[in-house]
Amino acid sequence: MSSELIDARGLLCPMPIVRLARVAKTSGVGSELVLLSDDPAAATDVPAWCRLRGQEFISATTWDGSGGPAMAFTVRIATQVLNAP
Amino acid sequence: MSSLDSDPDRSNSRRESRRSGGYLDAASGTWLNPAAEQAWLAALEQGWADPRRAYHQGRHAALLLDAAREEIAAGFGASAGQVEFTTSGTAALAAAVERFAPNLPADSTVVTSAVEHSAVPRALDRWSGPIRTVGVDRLGRIDPAEFAASLGSRPGLAVLQHVNQEVGTVQPIEQVASLIGPCPLLVDAGASVGRVELPEGWAVMTASAAKWGGPLGIGVVVDRHHRASTGSAGDEWLGRANVPAAVAAAAGLSWIMQRRELFAAGHRKLIAELREQLPVLISDVEVVGDPLNCAPHILNFSCLYVDGEALVQGLDRRGIAVSSGSACAGVSGEPSHVLAAMGVLTHGNIRVSLPFDDCAPEVTQLLQELPGLVRQLRADLP
Repeated sequence: MSSELIDARGLLCPMPIVRLARVAKTSGVGSELVLLSDDPAAATDVPAWCRLRGQEFISATTWDGSGGPAMAFTVRIATQVLNAP
Repeated sequence: MSSLDSDPDRSNSRRESRRSGGYLDAASGTWLNPAAEQAWLAALEQGWADPRRAYHQGRHAALLLDAAREEIAAGFGASAGQVEFTTSGTAALAAAVERFAPNLPADSTVVTSAVEHSAVPRALDRWSGPIRTVGVDRLGRIDPAEFAASLGSRPGLAVLQHVNQEVGTVQPIEQVASLIGPCPLLVDAGASVGRVELPEGWAVMTASAAKWGGPLGIGVVVDRHHRASTGSAGDEWLGRANVPAAVAAAAGLSWIMQRRELFAAGHRKLIAELREQLPVLISDVEVVGDPLNCAPHILNFSCLYVDGEALVQGLDRRGIAVSSGSACAGVSGEPSHVLAAMGVLTHGNIRVSLPFDDCAPEVTQLLQELPGLVRQLRADLP
């Protein structure tokens, strides 16, 4: 299954999580999302959001693709997201 | 609680002005309690001289300092010779570590937790041997067995807070003490003095007078293994002893020790009300910290999809002062290391910590103002 990339670099908390939630709401169960963020809060907040929202946190890795340094957080949609800000 | 104040008129007018300020950030510091204030003013007149001098003004200052040391020792269940004054809680932790460092083999292990006050890692900068930092669970609790085992074969020193200053979780000090055997246990009681009963089992305890309603600029190290008399003339100060502040710290400590349970009972009810009502009134709120084994005056929670700094500023405009562990609200740009270690949401974070007062009006006001503020901030998201 392909992963959707959400580039939230340059955004500070809570915006990376807001972007993640908005995309998650339009994504089907089983799809994978990859959030790129250089916000130091994301390392804690992405797994915490997954726990609060019943989603599956897959990994946090260093992003070595284009567009500058970041962390890449992979999340699998485990249950349909009904509410997003 | 005005009947408990030694000077009701004065403290009532003071309280009115503070209540209108809606101050709910006691863990960052509180005002001088009435006993501390009176003692300080008296000591400025009677204890201004250098206690190291042999003339009568100096001897008088030395007597006041001795009495303050005695009074503080009583509050910690120690003797006067075991109390050392420092210039802050941070300096107290550094001084406590210094007491052990020279007397231990260079390769002995220090164990501490991931949720200590930032002064602890700074104090441990002076330690040459290995330092192991034990993580916490989602409620902010260390595992005592893991903590003790981390000392390994060359135990040097265990450093653990009693109450967490951000989330209020109480660590199992006595259980840790029984598991680590002869290894000395240094307990940071900065957030617990005057709030909860102090534990047993420690070798050295540190605290800061400003957190118990005493003056700024006074920390204490209580070393129960210390037999000789600490310089009664205030030798621990690099220059002249700050006798008035020490006297005020001691009077403030006695004042709060006599009222601790009364304040704690009132605060527990208010914190329980917040804990129950916040998730009802506001959607997507995570209340963090140990709900059972916790300090009576602290509640920490995070509101999903909200900016912590905007919360602090929005509440300030509505007359309520709180702090936040969110990255955007701090000076470092990093989220609270305590929240990160617990693995809980760091954005939209608020810490409420109740000052030594009847805080019911502030708590009611917070419950009235916060839901609308959170709704507005969520609606205004870009």
